[in-house]
Amino acid sequence: MLERYLLLSVILFCIGLYGALSRRNIIAVLICTELMLNGVNVALVAFSRYSTPAFMRLTSVDASDSVKVLDGQAFAIFVVVVAAAEVALGLALVIALIRSRNTTDVTEINLMGN
Amino acid sequence: MPNLYQEVIFWALFAITVFSALLVVGQRDMFRSALALIVTFLAIAGIFAQMNAEFLAVAQVLIYVGAVSVLVIFAVMFTKDMPHSTRSTNLQPVSIVVVGLLFIALSWAIFQSQWNEMPAELPVFVESTLVDSSSQLGTAIIRDYVMAFETVGVLLLAAVVGALALVRDK
Repeated sequence: MLERYLLLSVILFCIGLYGALSRRNIIAVLICTELMLNGVNVALVAFSRYSTPAFMRLTSVDASDSVKVLDGQAFAIFVVVVAAAEVALGLALVIALIRSRNTTDVTEINLMGN
Repeated sequence: MPNLYQEVIFWALFAITVFSALLVVGQRDMFRSALALIVTFLAIAGIFAQMNAEFLAVAQVLIYVGAVSVLVIFAVMFTKDMPHSTRSTNLQPVSIVVVGLLFIALSWAIFQSQWNEMPAELPVFVESTLVDSSSQLGTAIIRDYVMAFETVGVLLLAAVVGALALVRDK
């Protein structure tokens, strides 16, 4: 059961990585970063749901430890929040970029390389 | 053994996710690419719901489908009149090779590893935690991860202030 979710996660991550490397439009690069983050989230939730948490292999299990089953989901929520902040800032950067250089092409943003 | 319904729904969501993600990357028109992105997010929300992550599924719909895609479509429309080339970067051949190798390596690792899988018959307290995962998740975030929770609030504030400062008219 775990493998199929991890496979989905890897496929999403690879598609996102390919897009982030090969697209010219800066908004497309941002979108592909979102795809990669979503792939990671799928993996996090799948691990929390389908793999045995380490505390269950201890000899004495405290009842309040049961929340640790959801560690992966808590982690995924923080990833979602950071991704939302990233999109808000990224699109503000896109607008600032259009104002100053009038382009959305990532290959033309090379002031530091020249 | 999971029942047939779950299998069918899982593979349908799997196919939709992969297909629409490919559309996001392959589509040259940015607006269509953004629409395909919404489909991908919705399918992933379905995948989350299947893994007993109801809260995440709802949050995915609210945040990604509701907010992120609106922002992306706003930016796409904002840049509609920009001269844009539909060509790929010169990195494309390299990225095909790199991504292909990464995919092969990662899938090999996934299917080779001995995962310490949860028994099909869930332990009682795991089952009870998963059944009301939303409220348990609230407990986890407020109790175990309260520092991260507060930090993420500061991060969001900084991101909003930063975004406003970047787009402000001089």
